[in-house]
Amino acid sequence: MKKTVRLFMLFALLALVVGACGTPATEAPAPAEPTQPAAPAATEEPAMTEEPAMTEEPATMEPFRVAVVMPSAINDLAFSQSMYDALLRVQADMGGESNFEIVYSENMFVVDDAAAAIRDYASQGYDLVIAHGSQYGSSLQEIAPDFPETSFAWGTTVDTFGEPNIFAYEAAADQGGYVNGVVAASLTQSDVIGVVGPIETGDAKLYVDGFKAGVAATNPDVQVNVNYIGSFSDVALASEAANTHVSAGADILTGTAQMVVGAIGVAEENNVLWFGTQSNQTSLAPSIVVASQVYHWEVVLNEIIDSIHNGTLGGTSFTIDLENGGEVIEYNPDYTIPAEVQTLADDTVQGIIDGSITIEMAE
Amino acid sequence: MISDLFSVTVLVGILASGIRLATPYLYAAIGETFGQRSGVLNLGVEGQMLLGAFAAFYVALTTGNLGLAVLVSMLVGAILGLAMAFVTVNLHAQQGISGIGFYLFGLGMSDLLFQKMLGTVETVKGFPKIHIPFLSDIPGLGEIFFSQNLMVYVAYLLVPIAWFVLNKTTLGLKIRSVGENPEAADSLGVSVAGIRYFTIVLGGTLSGVAGASLSIALLNVFQQNMTSGLGFIAVALVYFGGWRPWGVLGGALLFSMVNSLQLWIQVLGIPIPSDIAVMMPYVLTILVLVASVSRVRGPSALTKPFERED
Repeated sequence: MKKTVRLFMLFALLALVVGACGTPATEAPAPAEPTQPAAPAATEEPAMTEEPAMTEEPATMEPFRVAVVMPSAINDLAFSQSMYDALLRVQADMGGESNFEIVYSENMFVVDDAAAAIRDYASQGYDLVIAHGSQYGSSLQEIAPDFPETSFAWGTTVDTFGEPNIFAYEAAADQGGYVNGVVAASLTQSDVIGVVGPIETGDAKLYVDGFKAGVAATNPDVQVNVNYIGSFSDVALASEAANTHVSAGADILTGTAQMVVGAIGVAEENNVLWFGTQSNQTSLAPSIVVASQVYHWEVVLNEIIDSIHNGTLGGTSFTIDLENGGEVIEYNPDYTIPAEVQTLADDTVQGIIDGSITIEMAE
Repeated sequence: MISDLFSVTVLVGILASGIRLATPYLYAAIGETFGQRSGVLNLGVEGQMLLGAFAAFYVALTTGNLGLAVLVSMLVGAILGLAMAFVTVNLHAQQGISGIGFYLFGLGMSDLLFQKMLGTVETVKGFPKIHIPFLSDIPGLGEIFFSQNLMVYVAYLLVPIAWFVLNKTTLGLKIRSVGENPEAADSLGVSVAGIRYFTIVLGGTLSGVAGASLSIALLNVFQQNMTSGLGFIAVALVYFGGWRPWGVLGGALLFSMVNSLQLWIQVLGIPIPSDIAVMMPYVLTILVLVASVSRVRGPSALTKPFERED
C-alpha cells in the first residue's frame, strides 16, 4: 500500500517538474490527420487577377502545398499566430486555397510529437514543411535528408545544417525591440519600465536586449527591470510578474511570448502602458497598448517559395527586419502618442534601416 | 541589492502576490484533500480546472454575469467529478491512470471549445478588487490582505470550513473512515460508494472554481492550457500538507511566496541567473515533500478501489 502512495508521490513530483517546464504533455493531435486546410482569410476571390507568378508547369495547376508545425496555438496573439497570419496573407496573394494549401499542427510543444508530424507531412508530399520553433532543429536535421525532394524551413535560427533542402529564418527582434524601447523611454514618467519574458533565450532574449538598448540610448536614467518567468505558458505567473513590476514603480510594461496575455491584463488594470511584439496585441487592451512589433513572415515565405519554384530547396537563411518590411511597428490607433515621440520613433526606424543607428546590446 | 529585498514595498509586494498566486491552488487542493481523505486520488484536477476556467470565461464573456459564470464552472467540474466517480468507484478503474485520462480530456476539450467558440484570446471583465473599508487603508497589511478580489477571500475562507467539516462533523468522520478502513466503515452502515461519490464530485466542483478563479478573477483571459501544471501542483500540495486543510494552506502559501520572491529577486537585479530563480519554488517543494513524507501517513485506503465482500 505504502508503495502505491510512494508511486503516486513520484507522479506528483513528476508533475511538479513538468509544471516547472510549463509544458504538460499536450495530447498529440494525430499527425496522420492534420487539421483541415485553413479557410482562406480573404474572401475576395475575384481579386486573383494575376496568375501565380510561377507558371513553369502551366499544364497542371497543382496548388502549392505548405504544412507548418507550431509549438503553440494559431491564435496565441504571439509567435505561432505571426506565422499563421503570414501564411494566410500569402494564400490571399496567391489567389486562395485552390492555389495555396495550408495545413498545420499546433500546440506541438512536445518535440517528439512535432518530429512525427514533420515526417508525416514530408511523406505526404508537401512542397514545403515549416518547423516553426527553434526546438525542432535536431529533429529536422534527422528528417530532412530522408526527403530530398521536400523543402523544409526552420525558424527561428540561422542554421541550415548545411542541408540542401533546409531553409532557415529568423526575426531581428532586437530592431523592433529597440524602437519600442525608444518610445517607451520617451513616455515613461516614473523612469521605471518592466519586462516580462519567458525563458532567457532566442527570440525573447533578442527582443528584450534590443528593448533595453533602445531605452538606454534614449534616456540612460530609465531603469529597465527584466523578469524571465521560466515558462511560455504560465499565464498566472506572467500576471504576477507584471504585478511585481508595477509594485516596483514601473509605469510601462512590455513582454514577449504567448503567456504575456496575463501581464497585459495587469497592465490594463493598473493603467500602465504596454508594448507588444510578435503579433499585434492591441485588441487585448485597446486603452493601454501603445505599439506592437509585428512579424510579417510572408517576406521570408515569398522568397522561400520563389526559391522552390526555381529549383532550390534550401541552403539559405533569411531574416525579417525593419528594412525588408518583415517587421512592422503597428501603432494602436486609439492611443495618441505625442507628435515629437512619433517623429522620434519614425526616425529611429529610418536610422536602423539606413544603418545610422546601431543597436548596442549590453552583455 | 540584497538589502532591497527587505524594504516595505518589496515585502508587501511578495506577500500580496503570494496570496493571489495561492488562490487557485487552494480551491483545487482543498477539493483534492476531500477526495484523498476518502481514499480516491484524482489526477484529473488540471483537466477539471481547464474546463472550469473555459466555462466560466465563456459565460462571463457572453452574459457578463460573474455569479452565473462561477455556478457554471462548478457545474462543469461537478459533472467531470461525477464521471471520475463512476469510473473509479463503480468500475474500479485504476485511479492514477483514469485521472490522467481526465486530465488529457480536459486539456483537449477546453482547447477545442476555445478554438470553436472563441477562436482568439480575449479579455473579460472579471471580479474587481474589493477594498474592505478601513482595513484596506492600513499601510502594508491593507494591500496584502484586504484589497483582493472576492474569489481570493472565499478561497481562504474554505480552509477553516474544510477543516471543520473534516474533523468536527459526522460527515467528516465518515469521509475519514472510508479513507482509512472502508471495510469497517461499510460494516457500520456507511455507504463507501456514496461518500466517495460525494467527495469526488465536491473535488471536481472546487477544481472548476479553481479554474474560474484564474479565468474570471485573477487573469480575466482564457488561453489554451492556461493552468500550465497548476492542477498537478495542487495534487502535490495535498501530500505536502499532510492531507490536512491547514497544511495545504501552508504549502500553497509557501510555494506561492517563494514564487513571488523569485520574481522580485529578478526585478531587483540580484545576480542570480533567471533559470535558477524560477527553479526555487519547485526545488523547495520537493525538499519539503521529501522531508515530510516519512513523517505523515496518508489515508490507508488511498488509491484502493473498494469492493464489498458478500
